[in-house]
Amino acid sequence: MPKDGSGIALDGQGRPLWLVLELTYRCPLKCVWCNNPLDFQRYTSQELSTEEWKDVLRQARTLGSLQLGFSGGEPMLRDDLEELVGYADSLGFYTNLITSGIGLTETRLRALKEAGLKQIQLSLQSADRRLTNELTGARAHDIKLDVAARIKAHGFPMVLNVPVVRQNIDQVERILAMAESIGVDYLEFANIQYYNWALLNRDELLPSRAQIEHAEAVVQAARERLGQSMTIYFVIPDYYEGRPKACMNGWGTIHLTIAPDGAALPCQEVRVIEGLEFPTVREKSLAWIWNDSPLFRKFRGDEWMKEPCRSCSEKEKDFGGCRCQAFLLTGDAANADPACSRSPHHHVITQAIDASHSPERPKRPLIRRLRDAVSTEL
Amino acid sequence: MNQSASIEAARRPELKPMFLLRWEDTQAAYVLLYPEGVVKLNPTAAEILRRCDGQRTVGELTEELRALFSETPERVEQGVQKFLEVSYAKGWIRDRA
Ligand SMILES: C[S@@+](CC[C@H](N)C(=O)[O-])C[C@H]1O[C@@H](n2cnc3c(N)ncnc32)[C@H](O)[C@@H]1O
Ligand code: SF4
Ligand code: SF4
Repeated sequence: MPKDGSGIALDGQGRPLWLVLELTYRCPLKCVWCNNPLDFQRYTSQELSTEEWKDVLRQARTLGSLQLGFSGGEPMLRDDLEELVGYADSLGFYTNLITSGIGLTETRLRALKEAGLKQIQLSLQSADRRLTNELTGARAHDIKLDVAARIKAHGFPMVLNVPVVRQNIDQVERILAMAESIGVDYLEFANIQYYNWALLNRDELLPSRAQIEHAEAVVQAARERLGQSMTIYFVIPDYYEGRPKACMNGWGTIHLTIAPDGAALPCQEVRVIEGLEFPTVREKSLAWIWNDSPLFRKFRGDEWMKEPCRSCSEKEKDFGGCRCQAFLLTGDAANADPACSRSPHHHVITQAIDASHSPERPKRPLIRRLRDAVSTEL
Repeated sequence: MNQSASIEAARRPELKPMFLLRWEDTQAAYVLLYPEGVVKLNPTAAEILRRCDGQRTVGELTEELRALFSETPERVEQGVQKFLEVSYAKGWIRDRA
């Protein structure tokens, strides 16, 4: 998945350089921070067919897409994955698989290699079996370690993605050691972003400032020690930075996500914003959606900005932060991201941090990503 | 400033296996693709990187670049040296084992 700070050195000149296909929202795991929609099951019957995905790939290449991530949900649940990877490779994409590892058997790994897959991003949730299994709601730990070893055995460049939360952040040192012994090329500690399931569980998941500072120091020391052998990313914990993330490098500038039902989105979370219309590739051409649709034009550039962003010198660096977070936490997607200390709504962030670490807060059980775990319609 | 070549002429740089260098029509340029990134190369950079094949030495590729560009031999050498330094530092290339 594309992240801010991921080193995109190419100015897209208005092209969707970075394409993510969310092939399905189905998944055998039940991660408590999953950023998939709360009503993920609604999309199962609407998934694009193989031919429809191929058409998306053709159109996106014409628009100039270069980097391609197959994600989800769990992309291994699509049995046409190998076919789609092969087709994408033949079109000239640099293909990435973003997977939990579940279902990545030896046979399929070999088939993916033959199909031309370039890189694999595997998610791992902790350094010990009990915690991984608890956080993902399945016996996933040993499978993931086995998959990690086989990914390297097949010679794939490998990103290990570790979603960082209160429960696992103190294991950074041990996770680093694991990644080193696996031979990971890129290790990404992704402070999780609070949308969908993560937002539901925020009180229980948000690390403390002390935990984050400790983790950052450990990462810094490891960077110095490891040099070029492993690149380590530490995706910013925007709640604590006082600075918003440069979300998606700006709305509709280089990122394009296609959801399982064919909705073309400026980022994979955007359907949390109410009042927008989400055109799908079943109805419209990708070129029209990218260039002309009201959705992609809505927050492109900086015309839409309000104060304090409008007259702020940072606006070309952070684009006012994340529209989804602005909507979810302030009620208006055109507001400054409240993670910014200059936002008049910044207190919603500081209060959330305080509340989540208050000794008086009643403990709540974590809500797993499960069908009908929460009701999204009344 | 020390003007002498800092990257020895006998080294044989090659693109690391996870990098893909190819022409991209939509950018009218060579692009370097790798996990988590894309870099668009200017024509000089592309000509240098295309020659990092583990066969040619730094000396040989510098010679070839001299033949390709009209600038003075010293300037071409400086350009090559600087670009190779950056490429090693960024981890795009390594020495052929
Ligand atoms: C939604 S998953 C889909 C692919 C696959 N199921 C997996 O988990 O790797 C894509 C990536 O997002 C990460 N992720 C999930 N929820 C997140 C959140 N709330 N914030 C940041 N990253 C998250 C996962 O760890 C994974 O690397
Ligand atoms: S983050 Fe977890 S639950 Fe969500 S899609 Fe990935 S593996 Fe499945
Ligand atoms: S006010 Fe807006 S543009 Fe300025 S730093 Fe904050 S979010 Fe960024």
